[in-house]
Amino acid sequence: MGLTDVWFLLIAVLWTGYLVLEGFDFGVGMLLPVVAKDAVDRQVTLRTIGPVWDGNEVWLLVAGGATFAAFPFWYASLFSGFYLALLVILVALIVRGMALEYRNKLHDAAWHRRWDLAIVIGSAVPALLWGVALANIVRGVPLNANHDFTGNFFTLLNPYALLGGLTTLVLFALHGAIFLALKTHGPVRDRARALVLPVGAAAVVLAAAFLIWTQSFDGSWITWALALLAAVCLVAGILASRAGRDGLGFLGTAATIVLAAATLFVTLYPNVLPSTTDPAFSLTTTNAASTPYTLKIMTWVAVIFTPIVLLYQGYTYWIFRKRLTRDDIPQVKVA
Amino acid sequence: MDAIDLARWQFGITTVYHFLFVPITIGLSALVAGLHTAWYRTGKLKYRQLTQFWGKLFLINFAIGVVTGIVQEFQFGMNWSAYSKFVGDIFGAPLAIEGLLAFFLESTFLGLWIFGWDKLPKKMHLASIWLVAIGTQLSAYFILAANSWMQWPVGYTYNQASGRAELHDFGAVLTNKVALATFPHTIAASFLTGGAFMLGIALWHLLRGGKQRTELFRPSAKLGAITVLVAAVAVFVTGDIQGKIMTETQPMKMAAAEALYDTSRPAGFSVLTIGSLDGQREVWALTVPHGLSFLATGTWNGKVQGINDLQQAYEQRFGPGTYKPNIPVTYWTFRLMILFGALAALMALIALWYLRRRERGAPSRWLVRGAIVLPLLPLLANSFGWIFTEMGRQPWIVFGLMQTRDGVSPTVGAGSVLTSMITFTLLYAVLAVIEVVLLLRFARTVPAEPDTEAADSDQSEAAFLY
Repeated sequence: MGLTDVWFLLIAVLWTGYLVLEGFDFGVGMLLPVVAKDAVDRQVTLRTIGPVWDGNEVWLLVAGGATFAAFPFWYASLFSGFYLALLVILVALIVRGMALEYRNKLHDAAWHRRWDLAIVIGSAVPALLWGVALANIVRGVPLNANHDFTGNFFTLLNPYALLGGLTTLVLFALHGAIFLALKTHGPVRDRARALVLPVGAAAVVLAAAFLIWTQSFDGSWITWALALLAAVCLVAGILASRAGRDGLGFLGTAATIVLAAATLFVTLYPNVLPSTTDPAFSLTTTNAASTPYTLKIMTWVAVIFTPIVLLYQGYTYWIFRKRLTRDDIPQVKVA
Repeated sequence: MDAIDLARWQFGITTVYHFLFVPITIGLSALVAGLHTAWYRTGKLKYRQLTQFWGKLFLINFAIGVVTGIVQEFQFGMNWSAYSKFVGDIFGAPLAIEGLLAFFLESTFLGLWIFGWDKLPKKMHLASIWLVAIGTQLSAYFILAANSWMQWPVGYTYNQASGRAELHDFGAVLTNKVALATFPHTIAASFLTGGAFMLGIALWHLLRGGKQRTELFRPSAKLGAITVLVAAVAVFVTGDIQGKIMTETQPMKMAAAEALYDTSRPAGFSVLTIGSLDGQREVWALTVPHGLSFLATGTWNGKVQGINDLQQAYEQRFGPGTYKPNIPVTYWTFRLMILFGALAALMALIALWYLRRRERGAPSRWLVRGAIVLPLLPLLANSFGWIFTEMGRQPWIVFGLMQTRDGVSPTVGAGSVLTSMITFTLLYAVLAVIEVVLLLRFARTVPAEPDTEAADSDQSEAAFLY
C-alpha cells in the first residue's frame, strides 16, 4: 500500500468521522421541534450537543484541508465543480453555527423562535446536501481532459444523488433521535424513542435502495458485504433502541454510517472523482495526489496528532456523559 | 465585471470580514485566560466576575470568527481552483495542519470551558481556556506560514512536467523569514486589538460611576491599557523588521507603499503626499529626509529601488506586462494602518496616565467619547494592513511564480461567483448587525454583585450560559 492509498484511506476516515459525529448533531437539530414542545425541553435538546457540535464540525475543516494537501487536484475539481451546492451548504452551516451560539444569549421568545428555525433548516440542508455530494462523487460527474467540471448545478441533482441525499437526511435524523434517547431523561427522551421505529423504517428502505443502486457502479463482493453489514447494524441498532438499550442503539447507527461510507469509498477507489465524459479523464488516487515528500510529512503529522485529538475529544464526551433532564436547566425568565 | 474581478472582490470582502474578529479572539482569549488564572490563584470573586464578563464577550466574537473561517478554506477550491492545483502540494499542508493542531484544540476545549464550570476539576477548567488561547496562536502561525509562502515562495521546485510547484523542504516553509516576521507582528497587533477592546468598554463603564463598576472596570481598564501599550511597542519593532524583510523580498511592495518612482539614495520617508501618486504630479508633500532609507535598509543612506526601475527589471525577468500594484491603494493603506495603530496607542497612553493620576472618580467626558471609538481603531489598522499586504503583492498571487489572473477557477462562471459574493456579503452584513447588537448589549451590563462564595458553581454556570 503506497502513501497515496494511505491518504485515500485517511481522507475516507476523516469524512466518515465527520458524518458519524456531525450526523447526530444534525439529527438533533432537525428534530428540535418534534422532540421539544416547550422552552425547557428545547434547552435540554440543544444542551445535548452544546459542548461537542463545534468540535464535530472541525472534522469537516480537517477533511477539507487534508484533501487540499494530499489530493489538490481532487480538492480543486470538487470544490469548483460543486460550487453552488457548496455555497448552500456553507450558508446553512454559518447560520446554524450562529444560531447554536447566539440563541441563549438573549432571553426573548421571538429571538429563540427565529434561531430555532435556523437550527432546523441549518441542520437539515447540509444533512441532505452532503448525501447528494457524496453520491455524485461516487457516481462521477462530467470532467474534461483537464479534470475540470463541465456540468452545472442541475447535473448534480440526478435521481441517484437525490436518493443519496434523502438517505443521509433520514439516517442522520435517526442517528440524532437515538442520540437524544441516550443523552436525556424525561419527555425529550420519550418523544425521541417514539421516533425510532417510523424514522428507522424509512432509513432501512432508503439506505437499502441507495446501497444496492451503488453496486451498479463498481460492485464487488466487498461492497456487497459492507452494504449487507450496514443493513444488519441498522436493524440491530433500531431493535436495541426499542429494547431500551440506548448505548447499543447509538453504536448501531454509528456503525451503519461507518459501513455505508465504507461502501461508497471502496466503490470509488482507486478513483477519487470519476469522469462520466470519458473514463480517461477521471481523477484517481495517483493523478490527483501530491508528491511523495508532501504525503510523507503529512503522514507523520497525522500519525502523531490524530491520536491526541481523539483522546481529548473522547475526554469531552466522557465529561458530559451524564443524561440531561429538565432539572439541569436553570430557571431563566424569558420575555 | 468578469469572474476574476468578482473572485478577487469576494476574497477581499470575506477575508477582511473574517479578520475583523480573529485578532479580537487571539488577544481576548489570552486576556480572559489571564483573568481566569487570577481567579484560580486568589479565589477572589471579582476575578470570577471579570472572567465571565470578558469571557462572554469573547464567545460572542469567537462564534462569528469560526463560521466565517469555513468560507476561507472552501474559497480556495471554489474560486481559485487553478491556484489550488498549482500550489496544493505546498499550500495545503499548513492548512491541513492548522485544522489538525489548532482548530480541534480550540473548538474542543472551548466547549469544555463553556459547559465545564461545575463539571471539570478547577485546574482542568483553567487549562481549557489556556489551550483555547494557544490554539488561536497556533492557528495564526500556520495560516501566516501559508500566506508568507505566497509573498516569498521558499522550499519548492517548479516541476515542468506536472506544471506545478512542488515541496522539497517543509522546514523552509515553516521558517520562511517572511513568516517569522509576520507572525509576531500579527500577534502583537492582535493583543493591541484585544487590549483596546477591553479598555474601550471599561472606560465607558467607569464614566457611569458606582462602586461595583469602579471595582470591576478600573482593573480591566488598566489591564487593557497596559496590553495596548506593550503590544504597540511590539507592533512597532516587528513592523520595522518586517519592513526591512519586505524591501529585500518584495521591493516593489516597499516602493509602492511610498509611491517612490525613482531609485533614491538616500530616500526620504513620505509622511503625506497630496497629488496623483503616479509620479507625475505632486501638489504638496511632507517628507522625513533619510527616513525611508532607514526604514527599508537600516542605514541612513541606504539605496531604495523605485517603481520604474523595478518595473524594467521585472520585464526583463518575467517578460512584458505591468508589475506594479495599485499605487494609491498601497500608498494610502500603508499610512492608514500606521495612523490608526498609533492613534490607539496614544489613546491608551492618555487613559493610563489618567487612571494613574486619579485613583477614584469618573474619567472626563471627552475621554469616554474617545473610548467608544477606541476598539474600532485597531480593527481599521488591521484591515488596512491586510489590504496593503495583499494588494501590494499584485499582480502576483504567488510572488514571481503565478499571476492572480491565472489562479482563478477556469470553469466557474461570473454568474456563480456573483451569486456567492452577493450571498456572503448580505449574510455577513446581517450577522454584523446581530453581532454588534449582542456585543453592545452585553458590554453595557454590569455583573451583579455576588452574594456569597457558596452560590458558586450552579449560579455561575447559569449566569454564563444563559
